Amino acid sequence: MYQAFIFLLAAVVSVPIAKRLGLGSVLGYLLAGTIIGPYALGLVGHNVEGIMHFAEFGVVMMLFLVGLELRPALLWQMRLPILGLGGLQVVLTTVLFSAIGLLLGFAWQTSLAVGLILALSSTAIVLQSMNEKGLMNTEAGQNAFAVLLFQDIAVIPMLALLPLLAMTPSSDVASSIGLSGWQHGLVVLCAISAIIIGGRLLLRPLFRIIASTKLREIFTATALLLVIGIALLMDLVGLSAALGTFIAGVVLADNEYRHELEAEIEPFKGLLLGLFFISVGASINFDLLMQEPLVILGLVLALILVKFTVLIALAKLFKLQTSQQWTFTFALAQGGEFCFVLFSFTSQHHILPEHVTAPLVVVVALSMAFTPLLMIINERWVQPMFVSQQDNDQLPDTIDDGVTQVIIAGFGRFGQIVDRSLTLNGFSTTVLEHNAAQIEYLRKFGHKVFYGDASRQELLHAAGADTAKLLVVAIDDHEKALEIVRICKVHYPHLKLFARASGRIQAHEFHKAGVDVFVRETFHSALNLSEQVMTSLGLHAYDAHRAIRNFRKLDERHVRDIIKLEGDTKDYVSMSQKNRKELEEVLKSDINDIEELEDMQWGEK
Amino acid sequence: MTKILIIYAHPNPQKSRLNKQLAFAARTLDFVTVHDLYQHYPDFDIDVAHEQALLDKADVVVFQHPIYWYSCPSLMKEWLDLVLHNGYAYGKGGDQLTGKRWLSAISTGADQSAYKSDGSHGHELDQFLLPFKQTAHYCAMTFLPPFISHQARQLNDAGIQQQAQQYKTLLNNLYVQL
Ligand SMILES: Cc1cc2nc3c(=O)[nH]c(=O)nc-3n(C[C@H](O)[C@H](O)[C@H](O)COP(=O)(O)O)c2cc1C
Repeated sequence: MYQAFIFLLAAVVSVPIAKRLGLGSVLGYLLAGTIIGPYALGLVGHNVEGIMHFAEFGVVMMLFLVGLELRPALLWQMRLPILGLGGLQVVLTTVLFSAIGLLLGFAWQTSLAVGLILALSSTAIVLQSMNEKGLMNTEAGQNAFAVLLFQDIAVIPMLALLPLLAMTPSSDVASSIGLSGWQHGLVVLCAISAIIIGGRLLLRPLFRIIASTKLREIFTATALLLVIGIALLMDLVGLSAALGTFIAGVVLADNEYRHELEAEIEPFKGLLLGLFFISVGASINFDLLMQEPLVILGLVLALILVKFTVLIALAKLFKLQTSQQWTFTFALAQGGEFCFVLFSFTSQHHILPEHVTAPLVVVVALSMAFTPLLMIINERWVQPMFVSQQDNDQLPDTIDDGVTQVIIAGFGRFGQIVDRSLTLNGFSTTVLEHNAAQIEYLRKFGHKVFYGDASRQELLHAAGADTAKLLVVAIDDHEKALEIVRICKVHYPHLKLFARASGRIQAHEFHKAGVDVFVRETFHSALNLSEQVMTSLGLHAYDAHRAIRNFRKLDERHVRDIIKLEGDTKDYVSMSQKNRKELEEVLKSDINDIEELEDMQWGEK
Repeated sequence: MTKILIIYAHPNPQKSRLNKQLAFAARTLDFVTVHDLYQHYPDFDIDVAHEQALLDKADVVVFQHPIYWYSCPSLMKEWLDLVLHNGYAYGKGGDQLTGKRWLSAISTGADQSAYKSDGSHGHELDQFLLPFKQTAHYCAMTFLPPFISHQARQLNDAGIQQQAQQYKTLLNNLYVQL
């Protein structure tokens, strides 16, 4: 309890300050960690490692969320950067570090082991920082993600390989669970197939049942259960939990409950990741740093420089845009959280001696702490050099990156028409609907609909409210619609809001709440019908058309006039009467008469 | 059995004096189809395929409309813009109107003397019709001498009936020549 209090307090105090100063939340957490850590205030006990281990689950959840955003097709599109860029990054960095190790006179086994471990970067820090800066959909973001993904996969063979480098023979992972190599491979294959097949076939009906109970906490529990279950399964077969949940995420990316899942997992991920960053900060061994400050800082610098060199060379080789090359490089030049895991693994298996791993852990932690700073340097001083260039080549990026432009809340009779007409014209929409049965039915017709209550901010967030251009509130529950509008006004002021109003009073309320455009749901169809009635009673179609046009214009002005009166009923009544009279006069006099006059004028000499 | 198609463009047909009567007279002829554009497309959303199907059946196309600002009412311009497209009326493979005849049946507000170089409109009416004439030529149609009713609003009932009779006679003659 006390520990939780300290951690939360540290986060609550330092993160807003760091954000204020433009340093980003990651740096805030790290600083908070060092401050409460054993080497400064010493408010947390020496069990930081245990906490870190627990908090690493935040990384697992993050990869699940990343997977949810990546449809399999998208992942397939990324195969070149993942294998090419990611593969080369790991290989080249390993080679360079090993060479340095050899030069410094270490045995080749030690050099190679350290090289392999240091080739990894920090998925947690990079993704979190890039997300916060809105860089994930840029070229740099996509490529950085590809590299990180490859590294996460590479951890698995590393775990298998590292024991071979041991000075004294030891058991490898596979044999540690009592299986031979090919049996182990089979088990892994089964586990992954189970995730894919289960995710495809079982989860949809399961979620439907859960959703129909309308108990939110049960849905939350299911989501957590899913992630934890997969993590356990992966642990059991000796795979990285992060990788497993990532695959599960990808499998579920097409699922209509995707946004709801995102919304449920997101807060847990955020908290755990924060905890993780704090524990990284707290675990920085300042005793070691104080004993040999120059050596440690020199190593940090060397680590960053070597990675930097490899990254920028690869970015150029893979022809990223110039400005993106630097963002990519600055983002990935650090050691990662897996380094901690692997270093403790290697010392346990006597692959690397304590006196090598202990300082390196400090070096990695420091390099992670420097990353947000490096990204700020990039942002403030490097990127401005490319501004004009960026403007030119960024355009195509924003058009087809698949980010949704329009969120439609409510997929009833109204929302469906809006959605169909928009998507047929090439606009990308994300639709949210609360009725599970309705979704099931609509999916049969091939609609892309997501389950969830749009008046929840987390869900709007998961649906992309940050990046969407506008939101259409098409639900018929007026109170709920107002709720959505209020949330958007507070959290997403950039969103243009379009609302379906059932009548004048609702329109009035929408206007007051800050809706940009509202349409009375029955107004236009009723006028349309009435136009056809007039025509079939013998009025010329164009006259009927213009009569209705006038009516519509005047009536809409009338509604706007009434809206301007803030609530005074006496004014309201007199205004209504005035408007009615005006309407009658205008419709009676008829603009045709004016034209007749016009006709006469042309005949005068 | 449409032989003559009248594309009738009047935005205010119920208030019309002359054109209304001309259209009425034309409708009594069984080889004539009067196609009221503003009745069909009050929202200006022209069904191009439907229009082209009507044209296919006709040998003579009459454009009947009042002169508005030395040109046609706007829906007729929209009609020309959309219906006479490349590959149909002109350009590669665009020979669907070849050999058909174009008659402009036009009413004006001003009298004939205003359409002189020293009159208030400064030019002969023919000169204002040049865009239509060239449109017809570009679509390989024959541009017939236009049927003009001057000072339409000043005509009395008898004058209008006389004009309608002449219109009918002209349409009859065009039909006989086919
Ligand atoms: C908007 C407008 C523009 C007009 N422009 C012209 C014009 O340029 N020249 C002209 O002689 N008459 C012009 N007129 C008069 C009409 O051509 C004339 O009133 C019409 O031909 C009468 O036919 P109707 O009785 O069938 O409506 C114009 C009339 C209107 C309403």
